[in-house]
Amino acid sequence: MNDIMNITTKEAGKREMTINMGPQHPSTHGVLRLELVLDGEIITDVRPNIGYLHRCFEKYAEEVGDYSKVIPYTDRMDYVSAMNQEHGYVTAMERMLEIEVPERVEYIRVIVAEMQRIASHLLGIGAFGLDLGAFTPFLYLFTEREKILNIFEKVSGARLLYNYMTVGGLMRDVPEDFKTDVAEFVKTFRPKIKELNDLLSYNKIFIQRTADVGVLPEKVAFNYAASGPVLRGSGVKWDLRKNDPYSIYDRFDFEIPVGSGEMGTLGDSWDRYIVRVRELEQSLRIIEQALDGMPDEGDVTEAAPKRIRPKAGEMYVRTETPRGELGYYIISDNKGGPYRVKARAPSFVHLSLLRAISRGHLIADMIAIVGSIDIVLGEVDR
Amino acid sequence: MSELLGIIGPASAILVHALIPLTIILVYALAAIWGERKIAGFIQDRLGPHRVGGWHGWAQSIADLLKLLQKEDIIPTDASRFLYKFAPFMMFTASYAAFAIIPFSSGYIGSMINIGVFYLLAVTSLLTISVIMGGWASNNKWSLIGSMRSAAQMVSYEVPTIASVLTVVIVAGSLNLMTVTELQSGNDILGFLPNWFIFQNPFLIITFIIFFISILAEAHRVPFDLPESESELVAGYQTEYSGMRWAMFMLAEYADMLLLSLLGVTLFFGGWNSPFGEFMAGPIWGFFWFMGKGLFLVVIMMWIRWTLPRYRVDQLMHICWGILIPASFVNLILVALWEVIF
Repeated sequence: MNDIMNITTKEAGKREMTINMGPQHPSTHGVLRLELVLDGEIITDVRPNIGYLHRCFEKYAEEVGDYSKVIPYTDRMDYVSAMNQEHGYVTAMERMLEIEVPERVEYIRVIVAEMQRIASHLLGIGAFGLDLGAFTPFLYLFTEREKILNIFEKVSGARLLYNYMTVGGLMRDVPEDFKTDVAEFVKTFRPKIKELNDLLSYNKIFIQRTADVGVLPEKVAFNYAASGPVLRGSGVKWDLRKNDPYSIYDRFDFEIPVGSGEMGTLGDSWDRYIVRVRELEQSLRIIEQALDGMPDEGDVTEAAPKRIRPKAGEMYVRTETPRGELGYYIISDNKGGPYRVKARAPSFVHLSLLRAISRGHLIADMIAIVGSIDIVLGEVDR
Repeated sequence: MSELLGIIGPASAILVHALIPLTIILVYALAAIWGERKIAGFIQDRLGPHRVGGWHGWAQSIADLLKLLQKEDIIPTDASRFLYKFAPFMMFTASYAAFAIIPFSSGYIGSMINIGVFYLLAVTSLLTISVIMGGWASNNKWSLIGSMRSAAQMVSYEVPTIASVLTVVIVAGSLNLMTVTELQSGNDILGFLPNWFIFQNPFLIITFIIFFISILAEAHRVPFDLPESESELVAGYQTEYSGMRWAMFMLAEYADMLLLSLLGVTLFFGGWNSPFGEFMAGPIWGFFWFMGKGLFLVVIMMWIRWTLPRYRVDQLMHICWGILIPASFVNLILVALWEVIF
């Protein structure tokens, strides 16, 4: 019987058991490895291990020698919200080059960025439900995400990694039926939010699983520099689209949904979840206003410089992606390519929160917490 | 039928009695796995399997079975080989053996013993042991956690299951499921309703609800599928299993689901009795009604699975010890009082 005693003999005399969650685990949203120290089912410590998806984004940007060749790689950071990643980078480059971008380009960018925000939140919400055992909402939400990807396919030719925005413009103009497609999507999508709320958000089991789990107090959120839905879930009204507007976000009328602790404690997993659901509605409002204001005519490539060579200097631009504050810090030494590109990725920051908010919970809660902070490993490792 | 076989010889009779439930289980399992995928598909706004075999992909589970048969039999190096190999078969045997006392129709029951219900509850307890055996022998921490959860869950939920079965036994006054079914013949309640126990006594409706929730947990179905909760414990006690051994676990699980549904049908929904009195009655129709009612409960279990999220382990225990067990015992007294008074 010696052979079967291995589990106990290796850790004999210890009350605690160390267990690896990941990198091949169904609920770590990619290749994340969590070293859990368990006392029974209770987590006494957690150590996130990253680096399984590291692709040297920053080093590549230094070596490539061309500012526009960095854009496809920004897509691959947070691959479920590629448009938002591009948006941040091109905004930073345009501020550096002091380019005035045409109206039509700005409107199209805002529309695709908000559509991408919806698509990304749908994936985040769906995967969160999947983590908690609710399989069906995931597929309902994917049907809606599919409609967005179809529009993006018409627009850019790609469904996941678009390489659509260029410095000073867009790769090409949107197709003629873009406006009707988007308007149709907005119309059909709105009732689905209610359906989602009926099926998942206010489901009693779902609330029991997420309320009071992984409570992130406002102070801890500040200390860890949390942003996006994670920070807003703790009741802080902070959205870069309002607080530090970039692009043309100051023209639109929308609200910042924040967590209120209505199902449990302020800053629990349910609050972070419901902030995302409510942001869907706000994104729809922005899209509607942008569709109304979008000029019908205009050359989307006219402002794009032929040769990108910024003056020596540096620029930091932060934008609001679905996951939080994405910052690009670009240093130029007046050559064809960047001297340094540093990305401040929200998922990376949020991953470090895990240890602070998950100790003392059960294994099942760990899954709920990882799902509720909605990390994308491509962005964590870059 | 059983008298006729007695003439040919007791040995062949035993063989046939063993083969009939086995055939039913195997055919049911293939159909149920396909059905579950189809139901999941329809609930999730898609089509489900639609290629293998032509008509609505009916041969999908057969194709999967063939695939599993061809798979390499992997046994982890540090596993306890005997227990590891034995666990899936023991699990299947436990649920298969329990089919012996299920009255499939008025003309067929595997074994007419007076302590039928008691036997069933005793034999299905072996499921817990085989789950622990498989999880422990795999020498994998996820399997171990899964099997420990499973042990706690199945032992706990056996209490409300037994209490609700006991409630029906009080009303029926017999442990023999054939007798229990015969007591539910006829259509006398309010002039048209069948004499099923669920209609006979208002408190038995509560008993059925408790029973149904408990069998969801006993059969590891959502929202109580914690032992194999895939998004938490990888695959629970099944993590290291592959190929046919894994298929045996799945088969046992589906067989268990059917067994508990059929037990529910026998205890509450009149077993093989036709809902229309003498209309469409008889041994063959009896089998039809019995399986029909049983599969209806199975479909409800599938429906629940694809609708609800999963409970957490402490909430699961609270539901059992905090709600179901007290409720089932209070209900037992109320049912008994009703029987005494009316």
